[in-house]
This record gives sequence, structure tokens and C-alpha cells, in this order.
Amino acid sequence: MTQPARGVHPLVAVAAAAFLGLAILLQVVRDRSVPADVFVQRLLYVRSPQVLDRVVLGFDALAADVYWIRAIQHYGGDRLDVSGRVRKYQLLYPLLDIATSLDPYFNIAYRFGAIFLSEAYPGGAGRPDLAVNLLRKGIATQPGKWEYYHDIAFINYWQLRDTQAAAEWFRRAAQQPNAPNWLMPVAAAMLTEGADRTSARFIWRQMLDADQEWLRNRAQRGLQQIDGLDQIDQLEQIVASVPHRSGEPYSWLEVIRAGRLRGIPLDPSRTPYVIDPQTGRVSVSDQSALFPMPETKK
Amino acid sequence: MRAVRYVAINVFRESIRDRVPYNLVLFAVLLIGSSYLLGQLTAGQDVKIIKDLGLAATSVFGLFIAIFIGIGLVSKEVEKRSIYALLSKPVSRSQFIAGKYSGLVLTLAVNVAVMTVALYAVLAYMSWTESAQFKAGWERPAADPALLKALLLIFLELMLVTAIAVFFSTFSSPILSAAMTFGLYVAGHFNADLRNFDKVVDSKSAATLARVVYHVLPDFAAFDIKTQVVHGIPVPAMYLGATIGYGLAYIGALLLVATFIFSRRDFK
Repeated sequence: MTQPARGVHPLVAVAAAAFLGLAILLQVVRDRSVPADVFVQRLLYVRSPQVLDRVVLGFDALAADVYWIRAIQHYGGDRLDVSGRVRKYQLLYPLLDIATSLDPYFNIAYRFGAIFLSEAYPGGAGRPDLAVNLLRKGIATQPGKWEYYHDIAFINYWQLRDTQAAAEWFRRAAQQPNAPNWLMPVAAAMLTEGADRTSARFIWRQMLDADQEWLRNRAQRGLQQIDGLDQIDQLEQIVASVPHRSGEPYSWLEVIRAGRLRGIPLDPSRTPYVIDPQTGRVSVSDQSALFPMPETKK
Repeated sequence: MRAVRYVAINVFRESIRDRVPYNLVLFAVLLIGSSYLLGQLTAGQDVKIIKDLGLAATSVFGLFIAIFIGIGLVSKEVEKRSIYALLSKPVSRSQFIAGKYSGLVLTLAVNVAVMTVALYAVLAYMSWTESAQFKAGWERPAADPALLKALLLIFLELMLVTAIAVFFSTFSSPILSAAMTFGLYVAGHFNADLRNFDKVVDSKSAATLARVVYHVLPDFAAFDIKTQVVHGIPVPAMYLGATIGYGLAYIGALLLVATFIFSRRDFK
């Protein structure tokens, strides 16, 4: 009869560590020689929320979390992608649709998801229609949630430029339980003044008090964009005031030499403004955190 | 009663010897690790996701323990022939079944209790480290006492799964018992469809049959209130009470049938 071995023989431990080291080495060699995205396919195998709801049994909320994390990664990855090889954000709506179907009370997935979808391309999917669909789905589950009405109003105002519809949604938001009292005045301002920067600035300032950090960040960016629009108006006036020889390209150097600016002007995100050499029009750089800019009346 | 207690304590000790508590370490590592990683990934939803993950992990880990230990409770004694020695002692067959069942329920109770403490500890830590402004964005407080309602129903669901596993274990092989227990668990989650069958078919007899099957199958979907407690949606006391009563009654019925089958088995 042999006795069972006690403890681990040093040679076994060394051999095991060597094999593990070899495996890691091969992994590193493989990752360096073959780019990871060769094998990463942009696939969503199951697109039906109803089917997924069945498959995950009682773990719907956890599955919703997984799809929410996938949606964030998909959005973030595509937003940062500069290769131009992928059609951006194509899975965003299906991922958000599944997340909110598996967990119909997933508040942030509706609200944050609507921002991802409605932001102008390439900063977002440029699909305000889908953003409104997503928020309407949220309203169907929680009809008293004033935030969803407010977000639809804002998309109508900021992205779709439909002030009548925005006013109507602000009015509906104001009628919901616990709605803040500033919504009704905003609805009135929409109807009387339309898409002007003063109204936009007022709404963004209200959103600075939101309880969600991402919403406050979004409001901060919105305010910076409006400040940027005001600065662009001023810069275009300055450019126009500098004598310009026809045929020559417009440039910041020309304006600086004329003594009208001390240096290349920076937008509120600290990125240099761009001047169009042909027309002298000023805009934010596509590298700026504020790009793309909205269009509003002064 | 003493015989039941002895058998139960032995089952509990055996589960400790089988290294069942290792899953608690895995649970703690999963929660603590994910609470750090999720903060980077989830746009401020880490508390919601930790709650979802903690409740789901408690349910899944418990389910595996209930099924894989439950199916061997009786059949292992028969296969190892230790049943002869056991039944020659002053232990009746009904006491044997009750003891085996209680022992595994005790294991599950300790398991769920430790997981609950770990979940609350992680949530309390997250609450302690976040700023008041960040916490204002949470739908519910991190260490929300309402989670206990979901944990209570998860424990009851595990008690029911254990009763099913013990029931099959009295007359079937471990593999078949595992397959049938898991099959009933899955079918029990689709039970709500059977209740509403009359809305999708015209045949009255088919609808009646579906209704009967709905009442006979264990209604596992009823024990799932995880989404509601995480989002702070009220769960009426009536619903909670009726579901607990339903679970206990169903467990009683299963254990009685299991005892009846086991008492008729011939071990010669």
C-alpha cells in the first residue's frame, strides 16, 4: 500500500508555474501579432427581448444590467473609434431596447440611452426619433415619471427644432406628480420665443441641479456649447472687421497681425476654434468636446 | 424530534466536509471584485447592479447547492448501503426524510445568511465612500432593508427546490433527479403563461388543462421580486404572506409524498 503524498513537491510547483508562464507568453505573442478586432464581430445574436426574457428565467434584472453595460461599451467604443471601418452605433437601439424590456424600470437606461441616441452624429447616433421611442416606452411603464416627458420635450427642442412639440411635452411633464414648478414657464417660453439661446441656457441651468452626475455633466456641456455659439458670433464679427485681400485664404494669423486678437481663440473646452480659409466662417474643431454644435437663434 | 435533529446536523456537517462553504468565498470575491469594476463601467449604476448581482448570485449558488446536494441526500445512502445501518437504529423513515431535508435547509439558511451579510457589507461600504450628491441619484438607499424581502423569497424558493430534489431522490437516480428538478425549476418560471392560456386559445378544454397544470406545477415565478425591491416598487404584505404560505404548503405536500414513497421502498 502506498501512502498519499503530503504537500506539493517543489518540482511540481515549478513545472506548473512554468506552464502557466508559457501560456501567458504565447497569449502575449498572439495578441501582438494578430489585432484583437480581427475576431471581434459586432453581433447581437438575440434581438428579441421576448425571447431573452424567457431564456434568462428569473434573472431579468441582471441580464438587463449586462445589456446596459454592453450598450455603454458599444457607445463609448464607437464614439472613440477613428478608424472609420465601422458603421457607428448600429447596435445601440437594440441593446437599449433589450435592457429596458428585461428591466422595464431601468430609469437610467431610458434617460441616458435617449441622450446616446439623440446626440448628433458622430457624437451620438443622430437618431432623435429612436430616442423618443425609447422614452415613450418608459412612459408606458411609468406614466407618472415627469423626467421622461421632460427628456422628450428637450429632444424636440434641442435636436428636432420643433418648439411646438417641445412646449406640449414640457406642459405634459409639468402635469405629472412631483414635477418641478419651472416646467410650465419653460413651456410658455417655448411657445413665445422658440429655439433661442436664452431659453436653452435657462433649461440647461435647471438641469445643472439634477441628481444624476451624468445629467449635470451633459448640462455643463450644453452651457459650454451655447457660450461657444456666442463666442463664434463675436469672432465672426472680428474676422469680418479685418481688411481682407480677395483671393487670399482667411486665417487666424491675419486677424492676429491686424491686432484684433492676441492668439488663436480657444472654445470653452480649451480647443482652438477653426476658421474656414474660403469663407472666414468660424466653427469649433471636430476634435473639440463640444463638436458637433447645435443650431439656435441668438 | 431528536432523531430528526441528529440526521439534520449530520447532513449539515457533511456539507461542511464537502466544502460547500467555499462558495461563500467565491460569492464575496465576486461581489467585492465586481463592485470595483462596475464603478468604471456602468455610468453611476453600480449600486443597482451590485444589488442585482448579489440577489442573482444568492439565488444561483443556492440553487446549485439545493439541486446537487439535494438529489444525493437519499439515493447516496441507498447506493452506499449505509441506509441499512441507519434504519436499524430508532429512526423512522419519515424522520429520516424530515432530517435530511432539514439538514440541507439549515445549510442553505447559513449560506443565504452569510451572503446577505456580505451583500449588505459591500453596499454599506459603497454608501459610505460615495458623496451625498452622488447618492442623491440613487433610486433607493444602498443598504436598503427592502432587499430582505427578496432574500426571504429566494430562501423560500431554495427550500422548495430542495423539497423537489429530495422528492425525486427517494425513488430515482441522482442524474435523473437533477434533470427533473432542474426541469421543474425552468417550467415553474413559465407558469404565468399557463395561467393566461385562455387568452391565447379558443379551446375551453385546452385552457382548463393549462389551468390545472398551472396549479400543479410549482410557481417559481411568484418568488421572484428582485426587480421590484431593487427599484423600490412596493411589494404588498398580502402578496408576500400568500407566497410564503404557498411555498410552505407546497413543500409540505412534496415531503409527505416523498415520505410515502420512501416508506414503501423495499431495501432487502
